[in-house]
Amino acid sequence: MAIRFTVNGKPQTVDVDPNMPLLWVIRDTLNMTGTKFGCGLALCGACTVHIDGEATRSCITPVSSVEGKKITTIEGLSPDNSHPVQRAWIEIDVPQCGYCQSGQIMSAAALLAGNPHPTDAQIEQAMAGNICRCGTYQRIKEAIHRAAAMHREAAPATGAEFDRIEQGVVAGGAK
Amino acid sequence: MSVMTTRIDRRKFLKTGLAGATGLIIGFYLPGRHEVLMADAAPADLNAFIHISPENTVTILVARSEMGQGVATSLPMLVAEELECDWREIRFEFAPAARVYFNPHMHSQGTGGSTSINSSWEPLRMAGATAREMLIAAAAQKWGVDASGCRAQAGEVVHAATKRRATYGSLAEAAAKLPVPDEVKLKDYAEFQVIGKPFKRLDVHEKVDGRARFGIDSRRPGMYHAVVLRCPVFGGKAAKVNASKAKSVRGVKDVFPISSGIAVVADNTWNAMEGRRALDVEWDEGPNAAVTTAAIFERFSQALEKPGVPAKTVGDAASSFSRAVKKVEAEYRAPYEAHATMEPMNCTADVREDGAELWVPTQFQTSSQAVAARIAGVRPEQVKVHTTFLGGGFGRRGETDFVMEACEVSKAMKAPAQVTWSRDDDTQHDFYRPAALIRLSAGLDASGKPVSFAAHIACDSVFRWALPSAVQNGMDRTSVDGFSDIPYDIPNILVDYQLVPGPVPLGFWRSVGCSQNGFFRECFIDELAVAAGKDPYEFRRDLLRHSPRDLGVLDMAADKAGWGKPLPHGRYRGIAVVKGFDTYVAEVAELSLDADRNIKVHRVVAAVDLGQPVNPAIIEQQVHSGIVYGLSQTLKGEITIDKGRVEQANFDTFEVLRMTEMPHVDVYITTSHRTPPTGMGEPAVPPIAPAVFNAIYAATGKRLRRIPYRPGDLA
Repeated sequence: MAIRFTVNGKPQTVDVDPNMPLLWVIRDTLNMTGTKFGCGLALCGACTVHIDGEATRSCITPVSSVEGKKITTIEGLSPDNSHPVQRAWIEIDVPQCGYCQSGQIMSAAALLAGNPHPTDAQIEQAMAGNICRCGTYQRIKEAIHRAAAMHREAAPATGAEFDRIEQGVVAGGAK
Repeated sequence: MSVMTTRIDRRKFLKTGLAGATGLIIGFYLPGRHEVLMADAAPADLNAFIHISPENTVTILVARSEMGQGVATSLPMLVAEELECDWREIRFEFAPAARVYFNPHMHSQGTGGSTSINSSWEPLRMAGATAREMLIAAAAQKWGVDASGCRAQAGEVVHAATKRRATYGSLAEAAAKLPVPDEVKLKDYAEFQVIGKPFKRLDVHEKVDGRARFGIDSRRPGMYHAVVLRCPVFGGKAAKVNASKAKSVRGVKDVFPISSGIAVVADNTWNAMEGRRALDVEWDEGPNAAVTTAAIFERFSQALEKPGVPAKTVGDAASSFSRAVKKVEAEYRAPYEAHATMEPMNCTADVREDGAELWVPTQFQTSSQAVAARIAGVRPEQVKVHTTFLGGGFGRRGETDFVMEACEVSKAMKAPAQVTWSRDDDTQHDFYRPAALIRLSAGLDASGKPVSFAAHIACDSVFRWALPSAVQNGMDRTSVDGFSDIPYDIPNILVDYQLVPGPVPLGFWRSVGCSQNGFFRECFIDELAVAAGKDPYEFRRDLLRHSPRDLGVLDMAADKAGWGKPLPHGRYRGIAVVKGFDTYVAEVAELSLDADRNIKVHRVVAAVDLGQPVNPAIIEQQVHSGIVYGLSQTLKGEITIDKGRVEQANFDTFEVLRMTEMPHVDVYITTSHRTPPTGMGEPAVPPIAPAVFNAIYAATGKRLRRIPYRPGDLA
């Protein structure tokens, strides 16, 4: 049975086991390997993608449930590392091994889209589902504040920029 | 330290004259036992550390595995310091497996033991200096001037008198044809321009947009995906396999036994996992089917009734103990721990009749190569190893079990194959940090000064599993690390060891023996301070008078943490100092307990002495990393055994630290000892458990003697 959805603005049709988690469709069928496998039970957050703008653990999301939906992966967050979260991540030098960072960044981008000025406690709560074994937590927190500040400097609004960037990429198609 | 001049022995120096399109390639390796082997290598196999392209790009080949610890940045910095290149033109590539890249600390190509910087400190700076001199010589020859009037700066050679300049890229081809200089001069510490600076990581961009390729991201044309069902009981094997249902699962191509279990091969990872779920297997659980953690600790306890193999003997600990005014005795324990790298174990192999290729997140290129060669039936040189980024290593990726599986599957399928482990596989089939039991005793004199100290350690041996020849007369030095080198000035010391072999596979777990022995020792020292009626920091100070570097970091951590100054209501401090891998680290933890005795660690202050820092920003990252890793074993998960199998499976049963539990960490690096740098991958781990447990004592007056912390232990 063919299942249709878009990934980073590009329409995709896949013919796979409908129970196959979106994670494996993205990684093995579509060969986009930026989204990572960590646990398979939504316990670590490495597989986080946006489905219609919402941060979702793709490892427990059956592909049949995303029919007609818009999926954004790390590869589609921006075409050139220009998303404020990516810029902040680079400025603060967040990653160590880097394996969990796709998921961390997708969770952070979704947090900021809904809450452009999060407090420490709100960041901790929103990011508690993303495990990092290298211990980048302190820099992640710092980078989320930095991304929020970049956004304030650019336009003192309500998260529209985070949305707009992502939607823009979705509309324009990603690399 | 004076300016260092190093003579170059031509026979030990290799360069390829592949000029033209490839430019200058410099290879260098430390003199040592591999010389002869290198001389036998064919020119095409000569690999290199520096490649300067005609376009001026400088590519540094990184011969250590990048698993987060920053070698892809810090090793190029060592070359760049002497090469005088433009840092913006620096790129890195991971080196293939070859003898030129051996880690002299390991006599093989491996990353571990916090040795990457130390083992590269001289060779990489010499490689940079040698390339620089050859580029200068090429410019001098081209201009018909004396080389002494030329200097290298920011990727160019400049002739001061005539103001002529030439880029490295334009000189590389000519430089490659010149003789290697007999001698190069390395900079003195005071002259460093790159070393000691917080340069940004070279791998950050590709790690924020999904481009970075980890092992699990390897893709080959026609590649199969496989998973393996392994017997849950250590040492067990399949007795009867019914694969008919598994073979009928969509996408499953084949099911067959390999040495570690039953491989299920499919067109994608999910279908392979579904096929595995459908497997019907009857296990022969073997001799370990009844093993429990309690039984293992009981064997440790029995072993400690007898004297162990001495690891350190100073004076007479027993008789001084019997005469002591005050006696303190305690028993501590630590559990098995899994590594839990974020990227589960995996390997991609292409085994062919004429050789093999691996795409593998490995800490051990040459042993991966050897395993593939054995399975493929070829010589090691016929195995090409592509080291990917590692999604965490922590010692786990020094093993080769996952390499063996991928090679066996590829060989059977006659096609490239990727074996991927699930999180459960990863947790239940690890090579674990050993569980350990220790009995400690110490005697104090009337003034509270320790006059006797004894540590009796029982655990299985990591080296018995990893490299049996390293166990000599029942002694594994990793089992006694932290005690055999105890820095405290005590006149009578005995450390001994009971090697208790067991069925649970063991491996090197970030900071190895110090990960448990640091906890035991530093908590027990705190107990002695209490018995002496002294402040734990002042008590340590008195005993470290002759250990200036331990004392230096202890003082620094205490000072920066405001030791002795009042804390907010309900907050308590603990302190610990441990040297690991010749790096000295002291940590002060500040915590509070809620009504349910849940602990919140608010702040950690760490002080570090690793000699000359190479990149302080990366050192800071590694201290954060070690503290987070150590806090997981202090407060979160442990591995327990029942019915011969691991009881934990995923991150719900083997918990690790999450952001909500992350303390604020402040890192201080001392530069008072300008000696060649030691490593930072592991040494921040050991002090955190005792610092936290000593703070728990400060908060509650109750001494807990086992990790991880469980609120019930305070009841």
